[in-house]
Amino acid sequence: MKKLILGATALAFSAGLAFAEGHSVVRMGTEGAYPPYNFINDAGEVDGFEREVGDELCKRAELTCEWVTNEWDSIIPNLVSGNYDTIIAGMSITAERDEVIDFTQNYFPPASSAYAALSADVDVAHSVVAAQTATIQAGHVAESGATLLEFATPDETVAAVKNGEADAVFADKDFLASIVAESDLVWAGEDVQLGDGIGVGLRESDGELKAKLDAAIQSMKDDGSLNVLLKKWFGEEITVY
Amino acid sequence: MFSFCSDPSTIDGLSWLACYLTNGKHMAFWGSFGVVMVLLAITAPAALMFGFGGAMAARSRVLPIRWLGKGYSAMVRGIPDIAFFLFVPFALDQGFEWLRHKVKCPDWDEPIRQGNDFVVCAAAKMPLSSSPQWVHETYGFFLAVLAFAVVFGAFAANVLFGAMRAVPHGQMETGVAYGMTDRQVFWRILVPQMWIYALPGLSNLWMILIKATPLLFLLGVEDIVYWARELGGAKTSIFAYPHPDWRLYYFLGLLVFYLSLTKVSETVLARLTRKLSHGQATMAGEQQRKAAA
Repeated sequence: MKKLILGATALAFSAGLAFAEGHSVVRMGTEGAYPPYNFINDAGEVDGFEREVGDELCKRAELTCEWVTNEWDSIIPNLVSGNYDTIIAGMSITAERDEVIDFTQNYFPPASSAYAALSADVDVAHSVVAAQTATIQAGHVAESGATLLEFATPDETVAAVKNGEADAVFADKDFLASIVAESDLVWAGEDVQLGDGIGVGLRESDGELKAKLDAAIQSMKDDGSLNVLLKKWFGEEITVY
Repeated sequence: MFSFCSDPSTIDGLSWLACYLTNGKHMAFWGSFGVVMVLLAITAPAALMFGFGGAMAARSRVLPIRWLGKGYSAMVRGIPDIAFFLFVPFALDQGFEWLRHKVKCPDWDEPIRQGNDFVVCAAAKMPLSSSPQWVHETYGFFLAVLAFAVVFGAFAANVLFGAMRAVPHGQMETGVAYGMTDRQVFWRILVPQMWIYALPGLSNLWMILIKATPLLFLLGVEDIVYWARELGGAKTSIFAYPHPDWRLYYFLGLLVFYLSLTKVSETVLARLTRKLSHGQATMAGEQQRKAAA
C-alpha cells in the first residue's frame, strides 16, 4: 500500500513536472505581413507592435518565447494541432473564433475598420471591395451588399485597388493609415466598428498559459506601458486604455 | 553586408540597390532557391521509389497486394493536391505524436483530442517545443518531402505500371526459356528495359514537380514564391528600404529561373532518352542501330 502511494506521488510529481515543462518555450505564431502590427523587417526578423508587446508579455510572465510565422489562412489549424502555442497576429476577438480557440483579454482596444480607395466618392456599399480572407472585414463586406474580392495577404488587397482590380480596400484603419499617408489612396465611406479588440489566441485546453498572459496584459495596462507602445507604433491619435 | 549600408535612407542609386539586395530578407530569399533545389533532389528519387513500389504491388499475383497498389495510385491521383497537402502532413505529424505519446507518456490520463485541440504530453511533441527554430523548419521540410513523394509516387506508379507492360512479352518468355526464375526475369530483363517506355511520363512528372514547389508554403516552408511575394509587395517607410509594388520584377526573375530549370531538364532528359534507346526495339533504338551499321 505504501509503495502504491509512493508510486502515485512520484507519478503525480512527474506529471506536474511534465506540465510545467510543457511551456518551457512558448512558440508565438504570427503572420508577419501586417505592418505596423507585425511584419518581417529588412533583417528578416519579426518586428512591429505585436513583437514588442509579445516580448514584454513573455518577460512579465517569465516565459521563454520564440517567434514563428505562418500564413494567415492556416493560422488557426496550426495552433490547434500544436505547431505553436499562441496567435499574436492582429486577430480580433469574435464569437465565431471564440468557438474554436480561446482569447486572452484584448491588448489592442476595439478599433475602426475603414475603406480606402483611389477617390473619396466611391460608393463602398455598391462596388467591388477587396479584403483579406477569413478576416472580420471580409465578413462585413460580404454582408454589406458590395462585391467581395478576397486575397490571401493584406498587401495584395491594397495592390488590387492600386491596379484597378477592386474599387476599394476594407481593413483595419491603423493598417491602412500609413498606406493612405504615403500613396495616392484616400479614405472613402464611413469608418466601421468591428470586433472586440485584438487578443492573443490560444488553444482552449491551454488555460494555464491563458491565465499567465492575461495577468501580464493586465499589468501592462495598469502601468501604462501598453499605451506607450500603442502610441509609438500607431501615432498619438490612437485609442489608448 | 557592406559598410555603407548602415543607414539606407542616406544612400541611393546602385549602392542602395546593393544594400537592398543583400539585406537579411534577401539573403533568406537567395537561400530559398537552395531549399527548392534540395527539395527536388530529395523528392524525385523518393517519389520514384514510391512509384516503383506501387507499380510492383499493382502487378503482384497476390490479390490484397494488388489491391493495395492499385488503390494507392487511384486514390492519391483522384484527390486534389491542395486537399492532400493540407491533410497528409497534419495527419502524419499527429500520427507520429500520437505514437510517441503512447510510448513516452503511458500515464497521461487526459484525452488527446479535446474538442478541436490535439494535445499530447510535452515529451511527445515532434519536434520538442524547446528545440530551436531550424529543427522545426527541417522537420516541416521533411514532412513536405514525404507528402510530395506520396503524391508524385502515385502518378509515377501508374507510369511505371504502364511501362512494365510495354516491354515486349517475347523478351520475358525468352528469359523463362533460358531457365530464369520470375524474379530474375523481372530484375534482369523487364526493369532494365522499361525505363525507355517510362521516360516520357516521368519527364512530365518531373516538370510538374518543379512547378509544384510553391505548395510548400502551405506547409510553412518558405520557398521562392513566398519570398518573391513578400519582398515584392509595396513597402511603406516603416521598412528600411521603402519601395512601391515590385512584384512584377520579382516574378519576372522567377520566370527566368523556372524557364532555365526547364531548359536544363530538357537537355538532360534528351540525353537520357538517347542513352536508354540504345539497343531497344523502339523507333529511336532502331534508328541508332541503322546509323551505327
